[in-house]
Amino acid sequence: MSNTSPSVVPSGAKPKPFITPQRVLVYTVLTICAVFFLFPLYIMIITSLKNIQEIQSGNIFIPTMTPTLDAWEKAWNSACTGLYCEGVKVGFWNSIKITVPSTIVSIIVASLTGYSMANWPFKFSEVFFTILLLSSFIPYVVMIYPLVIITRELGIYSTLPAVVLVHTIFGLPLLTLLFRNYFASLPQELFKAARVDGAGYWQIFFQVFAPMSVPIFTVAVILQVTGIWNDFLFGVIYAGPTNYPMTVQLNNIVNSAQGGKAYNVDMAATILTGLVPLAIYFFSGKYFVRGIAAGAVKG
Amino acid sequence: MDRPNPLFRNLNSKIASLPMMLIVMGVFVGGTLWTVLFSFTNIKILPIFTPKQWIDGFVGFANYKRLFNSDRWMSCPAITKIGQESWQFKCTGAMPNMITYAILAIIIMISLGFLLAVMMDQKIRLEGMFRTIYLYPFALSFIVTGHVWAWIMSPEYGLQSAMRQMGWESFSFGWIADRDMVMYAIVIAGIWQGTGFVMALMLAGLRGIDEDIWKAARVDGIPAWRTYIQIVLPMMKPVMVTTFVLVASGAVRIYDLVVALTDGGPGISSDVPSRYIYQNFSANLGQSLSASTVMLLSMAIVLIPWIRMEFGKKSQA
Amino acid sequence: MKAFTMAAVLAATVALPSVGMATDLEVTHWWTSGGEAAAVAEFAKAFDATGNKWVDGAIAGSGDVARPIIISRILGGNPMGATQLNPGKDADDLIAAGLMQDLTELAAAEDWANMLRPASQLASCTVDGKVYCVPVNLHSAQWMWTNRKVFTDLGMEPPKNIDELIAAAPKLVEAGIQPLSMAQGWPVGLMVNDVLVAQAGVENFVKVYKDRDLAIAGGPEFGKIFETLANIRQYTPADKMVPQWNEAVGLVIQGKAAANIMGDWAGGEFAVANMVAGVDYDCLPGLGVTPVLNTGGDVFYFPKSSDPAVTEAQLKMASTLVTKEVQVAFNLKKGSLPMRADVDLSAANDCMKKGLEILDGSTAVFPNDIQMIDRDSLNQINDLFTEFMANPDMAAADAQAKFVSIIEAAPK
Repeated sequence: MSNTSPSVVPSGAKPKPFITPQRVLVYTVLTICAVFFLFPLYIMIITSLKNIQEIQSGNIFIPTMTPTLDAWEKAWNSACTGLYCEGVKVGFWNSIKITVPSTIVSIIVASLTGYSMANWPFKFSEVFFTILLLSSFIPYVVMIYPLVIITRELGIYSTLPAVVLVHTIFGLPLLTLLFRNYFASLPQELFKAARVDGAGYWQIFFQVFAPMSVPIFTVAVILQVTGIWNDFLFGVIYAGPTNYPMTVQLNNIVNSAQGGKAYNVDMAATILTGLVPLAIYFFSGKYFVRGIAAGAVKG
Repeated sequence: MDRPNPLFRNLNSKIASLPMMLIVMGVFVGGTLWTVLFSFTNIKILPIFTPKQWIDGFVGFANYKRLFNSDRWMSCPAITKIGQESWQFKCTGAMPNMITYAILAIIIMISLGFLLAVMMDQKIRLEGMFRTIYLYPFALSFIVTGHVWAWIMSPEYGLQSAMRQMGWESFSFGWIADRDMVMYAIVIAGIWQGTGFVMALMLAGLRGIDEDIWKAARVDGIPAWRTYIQIVLPMMKPVMVTTFVLVASGAVRIYDLVVALTDGGPGISSDVPSRYIYQNFSANLGQSLSASTVMLLSMAIVLIPWIRMEFGKKSQA
Repeated sequence: MKAFTMAAVLAATVALPSVGMATDLEVTHWWTSGGEAAAVAEFAKAFDATGNKWVDGAIAGSGDVARPIIISRILGGNPMGATQLNPGKDADDLIAAGLMQDLTELAAAEDWANMLRPASQLASCTVDGKVYCVPVNLHSAQWMWTNRKVFTDLGMEPPKNIDELIAAAPKLVEAGIQPLSMAQGWPVGLMVNDVLVAQAGVENFVKVYKDRDLAIAGGPEFGKIFETLANIRQYTPADKMVPQWNEAVGLVIQGKAAANIMGDWAGGEFAVANMVAGVDYDCLPGLGVTPVLNTGGDVFYFPKSSDPAVTEAQLKMASTLVTKEVQVAFNLKKGSLPMRADVDLSAANDCMKKGLEILDGSTAVFPNDIQMIDRDSLNQINDLFTEFMANPDMAAADAQAKFVSIIEAAPK
C-alpha cells in the first residue's frame, strides 16, 4: 500500500498541496457557518462575565469593560437550588453515575440489535424493527406512568438501575436504526468472506464489524451522552432523590420563577453543565478520522 | 438431511435481540396500548390501569371530538376573497405548525449537514475545531440557550435594535413576535441546535465509504463533486435514511425549543402537538393520550408504507 | 450534595423501625427563588427544631412540571414525606384513591376551623368532611402596580384604577412609555381574569366560574369587558411582551412601563429594588376599581406512608407549619398573608396591610379559580385569553362566545 497509515486518513477527495479557489471556498463556507453557530455562545459568555446591572441596562451584543468571574464561581459553588446553596457541582457525580452506565448499556444493546437486524435477520425481526421505528415518534411523556409501574413491579423504582433501564429503552429505537443502517452500508463481501472462513455471530461482530465502525460508535456516544446528561425529567422521576442529576440543580437555578433573574449565573451554569458533553465531543472527535481502509481488513 | 429446529436458527442473533424484543413488546407495544385504550376514558390527573376503572371512566370518542374541535390543535378556515370563489384554506394550530417546522427542518438540516460533512472531509486543517463548533449547540440545554435566541430575535433587545443603533434604520427582524413568521424563527434555532449532529452522522457515513471507490473514481478521471453526487450519495443511502428518521422524529416531537423560545406565543400561534400533550398531561390525561394517539396514528399512516418499501425487500434478499 | 448524601446514609442506616427517633421527611415544593427559599428555610428550621429533619426536594418550574413527578413518586411506592400542591381539584384524584394522609384528627385537636382564616381555605383542603392538607399562606392575584415617578415626571396624576390608566395610555405612549407591561403565558390569563372580576364584581364572577351561569358569561356586561380588553390589547402587542412575569414587573420598576397587573408576589420585586409602597409605587387591589381579593394560597399534602414513624413526623410537620411564630416568620419572607388572624404583623408593608384590611373586613374575598373549576378548563380559558390578547383579528364577541362554551363544557 502506498499509504503508510491508511487508518487515520480521511477518505475524501485527493489532497491539494496548494491554495486553490476550491480550498478558499471551502474555508469561507466553513467559517461563515462557524460564525453563525458561535454567535449565541459569544452572547452567553459575555453575559456570564457581566454583572447584573450591566445586563439590565446594556446592549446584549457588547462585551463588558469590567469582566468578572463571579457568576461562574456562583453557578458552580453557591447558587441556591431551593434550601441548599451549593451550586451545580452538587449533582455532578450523580450525573456521571447515571450517564456512564446508561450510555454503555444502551449502546451495547442497540449495536447488537442493529447488527442482528442487518446481518442475521430472523422470523419477525422486520416486524420488531418496524415497531421500533414507529416508537421513535412516541412523545416520551405519555410513557412516564407505564414505566413507573414497570419499574415498580421489577422492584427497581427510584434506583439507579431504573434510570439506566429507562434511558436504554428510549435510546433503543434511534440507536438501533443508526447501527442497523450503518452495518447495512458496509461492504457485504466482508461479511460473506468471514462466514466462509467459519466465523460466527460474535466473532464477526467483534473482530470484523466493530473495528470498522468506530465513527458510528462515536456518533452513538455523542447522541446518548448528550441526551442522558441533559435529561431532567427521567432523572427526577426514576433515579430517586439520592441520585438527582446535575440538571435538577440547573433547572432550579434557571427556572426560579420569582426574584430578579440572574442571567449571568444562568449562562455560566448552562455552560458548566454542558462541559462534559463538550469535552467528549472534542476528545472523541479524532475517532471520526478513522475511515475504512480497504487493505486493512482484506489483508 | 436433518433440518435443525427453526427456533434455533440464528440463535445467537435471537439471544442478542432478546432485550430489544422484551422492550418492544413490554414497553412500546404495552405502553401504546395503554395510551390508546385510556384515551377513551375521562382520566384527569391520576393514571389508571385496571379494566374496571377503564369501564367506569369510558367516554367514547369525547376526547377526540374535543381535540378536533379545538382551534389550538388545528383549524382550517377558508380564505374568502371578495369577488371570487375561493377554495383556499389557511390552516393554523399545533399540527400545521409542526408540519411546517418538520418539512423545513428536515430539508435544511440534511442539506446543510451534508454540505458541511463533505467540506469537513476535504482534509482540512482545524477539522477538530470546526467539528466542535458545529456540534456544541447539541450539548447545551435549551432552557437557557432558548433565552439567548429569544434575546437575539427580540425586536426590543436583539439584532433589530442593534442594527438600528448602528445606523441601519430600516433593518427589521421581528419574526418571533409575528404570528405568521414565528415558526420560521423556531426553525432557525432548530437548525442551529441540530445541524452539527447531522453533520457528524454524515461524516461517519462518508468515512465508512471504501477507499477503493475513491481510487477507482480518480483513475476514471471523474471530478470530485461528481463522485460525491453520483457515487457516494447513493452509497450513503442507509445513513441518509437514519438521518431522516432522526431529524424527523425530533421535529415531530419538538417541544423544548418552542417552550424556551416562544412558549407557544404570540398567543397560541406557535403551539405544537407535544406542547399540547405535555400541558394536558398534568391536567387532563385522557385528552393528552388522545392527542398522542392521533400523532402516532398520523405517523404510522405516513411511515408504515415507506418502511415496508424501504426495509421489506432487504430481508427477502 | 451533603444534605442529600447525609439523607441517604441516614435512610440506609436508620431504615429500621425508628419509632421515637428523628425522622427524615423529604419535602417537594417549587419555591426556589431567593425570597421563596428564605421562607422555606423558616419552615425547615422550625421542623428541625422538633427533632426531625427537613430534607429539601425543590423542583423549580411551577406545578405543571412538579405534578407528574409527584404522582410518579406516589405511584412508584416511594412517596415524599410532604409536598406542595395546589389546593382544590388538583388533589381530588389522589385523595379519592386513598393516597393522602388524613389530617382530620390533628385539625380537630388544634381547632384549625377557628384558628385559620378565611374558612374557604380550609374548606378547599376538606373532602367529604375530612382534612387532607394544611394551608400555609394566602396569595391574591388582583393587584395593579404603578410606578409613581413615571406619571409625576410627565406632570400627570398617578392613576387610581385601571380606567384612569387606560385614559392616560395615549399620552404615555406619546412619551415613549409602555402603559402596561405584559409577560407571555399565564400572566395574560391572570390579567384578563383580574379585569373581569374588577369590572363585573365578585358576585357575577363567582356565578360564572363556580355556578356556571351562562347567561352572565354571555351577557352584555361581560361583553363590555371583552371590548375593554380588546382596547387594552393595542397597548400590549406581541413585540412588547417579555418572557417572564418578573421581567414585566422589572419594566415598571425601571420606569420603562407605567403599570403591570400581577399578584401580591410582585411586591417582593419592588422590595428588592428598595422602592417604598405609597411613595415610589402604588399597589391597587382589585385594580383600584373594587377592592377585591381572591384567596389563592399554598398548601402542603402528606402522601400516606406505611411507616408509623413517618406518619408521626408528618403530623408533627403539619402542626408546626401553622404555629404562630412559623406563620409570621414564613409569610414576612414570602410576601404573603398568614393563615392566622392572631399574629403580630407590624413588620408588614403597606400593600400587605391593605390586603389584610380587605381580608378582615369585607365580603370582597372570593375563592381561587382552581377551587371553583377544574385545571383542564382553566388551561383552556388561559389559552383563549392569551390568544385573544395576542390576536388583533379575534373579535371580542368571538372570544366571549368561546369563553361561554368552555364554561359550559366544564365538569361540575
